[in-house]
Amino acid sequence: MIRTLTVIHALGLLLVMFSMAYVLPVATALIYGNDTMLLDFLLAMVWTVTAGILMWLITRRYRGELSIRHGYLLVVTMWTAMPAFATIPLIMTIPGISFTDAYFETMSGLTTTGATVLAGLDSLPPSINVWRHEMEWLGGLGIIVLAVAVLPLLGIGGRQLFKAEMPGPMKDSALTPRIADTARNLWAVYAVMTIACVVALKWAGMDWLDAVCHAFSTMGLGGFSTHDASVGYFNSPLIESVMVVFMLIATVNFASHYLAWHSKKLNIYWYDAEAKAAIGLIVASCLGIAVFLWWSGVYVEFWTALRHATFNVVSIGASSGFASVDYGQWPIFAPMWMLFVGCIAASSGSTGGGIKMVRTLVLFKQAGRELLKLLHPAVVNPMKIGGRVVPNNIVFAVLGFIFLYFMTIAGLLFLLLISGMDFISALSAVLACVNNFGPGLGVVGPASNYQGLSDFQTWVCTFGMLVGRLEIFTVLILFSPHFWRR
Amino acid sequence: MKILILGAGQVGSTVAESLVGEANDITVVDSDGEKLRQLQDRLDLRTLTGNAAHPSTLEQAGIADADILLAVTQSDEVNLVACKLASSLYNTPTRIARIRAADYLNRESVFNTDNFCVDFSICPEQILTDYIVKLIEFPEALQVLEFADGKASLVAVRAFTGGPLVGQPLSFLHTHMPQVDTRVAAIFRKDSPLIPEGDTVVEDGDEIFFIAATNNIRSVLKEMRRMDKPCKRIMIVGGGNIGRRLSKALEDDYQVKLIEYNKKSCERLAGELTNTLVLNGDGTDEKLMQQEHVGEVDVFCALTNDDENNIMSSLLAKQGGARKVIALINRSAYVGLVQGGKIDIALSPAHVTIGSLLAYVRQGDVAAVHSLRRGAAEALELVAHGDRESSRVVGRRIEEIDLPKGATIGALVRNDEVIMGHRDTVIEAEDHVIVFVIDKKMVRKVEKLFQVSLGFF
Repeated sequence: MIRTLTVIHALGLLLVMFSMAYVLPVATALIYGNDTMLLDFLLAMVWTVTAGILMWLITRRYRGELSIRHGYLLVVTMWTAMPAFATIPLIMTIPGISFTDAYFETMSGLTTTGATVLAGLDSLPPSINVWRHEMEWLGGLGIIVLAVAVLPLLGIGGRQLFKAEMPGPMKDSALTPRIADTARNLWAVYAVMTIACVVALKWAGMDWLDAVCHAFSTMGLGGFSTHDASVGYFNSPLIESVMVVFMLIATVNFASHYLAWHSKKLNIYWYDAEAKAAIGLIVASCLGIAVFLWWSGVYVEFWTALRHATFNVVSIGASSGFASVDYGQWPIFAPMWMLFVGCIAASSGSTGGGIKMVRTLVLFKQAGRELLKLLHPAVVNPMKIGGRVVPNNIVFAVLGFIFLYFMTIAGLLFLLLISGMDFISALSAVLACVNNFGPGLGVVGPASNYQGLSDFQTWVCTFGMLVGRLEIFTVLILFSPHFWRR
Repeated sequence: MKILILGAGQVGSTVAESLVGEANDITVVDSDGEKLRQLQDRLDLRTLTGNAAHPSTLEQAGIADADILLAVTQSDEVNLVACKLASSLYNTPTRIARIRAADYLNRESVFNTDNFCVDFSICPEQILTDYIVKLIEFPEALQVLEFADGKASLVAVRAFTGGPLVGQPLSFLHTHMPQVDTRVAAIFRKDSPLIPEGDTVVEDGDEIFFIAATNNIRSVLKEMRRMDKPCKRIMIVGGGNIGRRLSKALEDDYQVKLIEYNKKSCERLAGELTNTLVLNGDGTDEKLMQQEHVGEVDVFCALTNDDENNIMSSLLAKQGGARKVIALINRSAYVGLVQGGKIDIALSPAHVTIGSLLAYVRQGDVAAVHSLRRGAAEALELVAHGDRESSRVVGRRIEEIDLPKGATIGALVRNDEVIMGHRDTVIEAEDHVIVFVIDKKMVRKVEKLFQVSLGFF
């Protein structure tokens, strides 16, 4: 119990830090001269800071190092508390929004899912849109990772928190001796790339507000847009190609970006087996689906087919969730394949969701190993990815993860089916939430959104997003009786 | 010459043995007194027990007046330190070290005078690996030895009925293949040497040594015997230093299976090798061999540390249907015993690698030495210096040179060009002359012949 209070102590601190995020919407309100917005956001900031400081003060006697298990607890409580506090401005400014819907929206933002329950995005005040997109950006690389980078007082426990939040099965390859340095460097790379993305989008024809918002959701692989028609609103091949490039960049492990930046060598990417496989799969899918759409007559011209296939496949495959056309109208093979790619393509250590390419590679190679073992019973062939040997315990961890992943998807799917949703919508909604890509098919397709869902269905999807973002183990560990046993 | 050898392992003792026979003063240092005692029982040399990297040991061993330091202990680091000490403290003129780790070998600057002061580094495992790779590249040959940076090669091959030359005099070679220049340096018939002349008739089963430009090897081999299919499937037993290097060298061009007994080593090997199939098992386990289709294997190499195991597993492989089997055999007594029987090639690591060391130790400008027929014969690459006055070879026709009987000049390499040694070929200064010596006793005479008389300086 005392340890749990230590968690609350650290949580208070993190909330104070999180409240700094309100600076951006406040500034937006100032720029656009919107006084009510300014007041609402300042109020939200004050509330969050107050709550954080109160938690921190009350439990200050219990301050101390976090153990491994309490690291998980802190990450999960933070990831449930943050969206709750982030709903404050939404509830205050959007008339008639329920807490359920607001929580769904903020969770969707922070987990970079990009599914929305809001309609009329074009008419929302700029501050609200900035806020929604900023959450995606913060959630992209991970707010705890940011905390580890800027709050030295998390101490040794920082590595544990880092591991609990950063996606991917192999997290021991620290880039720098100190975890805080690693986190700081990753965030620096992320920030620089985001700025580059803002500039590129502005150059491609967006106004500054749209450029900033879309850069946030592109780099975070979120998928929120400031328009109901998503990127289709701009109808600009240039904007689409800029976003495609940056989404592909964001699906690569940021550790590779850091190494490439640090050593000024591009061949780092060549040695990143995961990035090669991911980009290869996405590019092949783009071409394949373009040919399929052209051949099945959805688009008369091949280049149109290629343009729409490229943007939407990259968007879903990289787990962002932008849409430039209503791909729900395409023959079912295309969107289903896109969902499939979205489940596996993103790299570990990137801002994308899903089971991650490295786990897919591990599974593929494990299957190959079993086949080889049947042919040559005496063979010794360790799992190798990118020339490095992957120890067997990681292979088993991946197998365990995949099992839990499918069980989670199956479980959530059944819950949605019980609630009366049709199969395609339910399956696609679960996949879209757990893999953090946002739009699904059917009633949750790109042309509509999650507004029509019942409260129960919304909560199921919200839970799916959280579980998917924290890669299942981190959340499910709290449900294990061993966790609470001393 | 006074030679100090550090390390009395395989390499150290073989080189000691070889050099003692050539009237040198040898001191061998090792930390294992027992090994030294055995060596001293056999050979006329001085031994010293101690740590080869300690200055006091080196001083006791007489490094102060040594001409050559041969650091060939098991440890790269000891060898490096010994060379450094020899250079900075005792000014030893020539320092040779055995270095295995690619990490050192890849960085030339480690060896220069600012750092470890190693004049020449040798890696026996690598030499052996290159040797086996050549044998796999030319599966018909018994030996393929390179001279002048690989421009010319000396090839040993057993003549078989089916080759156009068999049953014909040697002069037929020239009329049959006028465009390819080659020269037969020696023929061994039933293990006794023949001096090849134009009218010598080649018989079935003769072991023929010929010299040719490296890219002509294949066409000359065709004259001696029917050609085999090129190799594709290789099976290696033993994943030690040699097995690992060989697999790495071959795995991109051939289908390689590597059998290793130790599970831990298997895992390490499998991590390091990309296209090799690493199998955990015993190289003498016939069930495993059958399971892995030893009958389809083109070349089977038994490369473990254990001679008996290598012999047994090669015999099993041969019986199982492997096309050609190579066994690594350390004990020289065994080599003569098994070679030419069921085992196609018995490799003695000492004899394969010793040449590279001998080249540095020999007098005169010797560029390469290859030991042949288990050390009985030798092929040397000597560089001719001086002019007609100061040298006894330069400016003379080959027939004018006073070579001892049993030594033949096979070829010369002059600026990148390979010239066959005919009676009337004139040797020029800076030519690399490849001399084949049937009996090792004549080596010293040949070296003397190539030394420049004092007037040159």
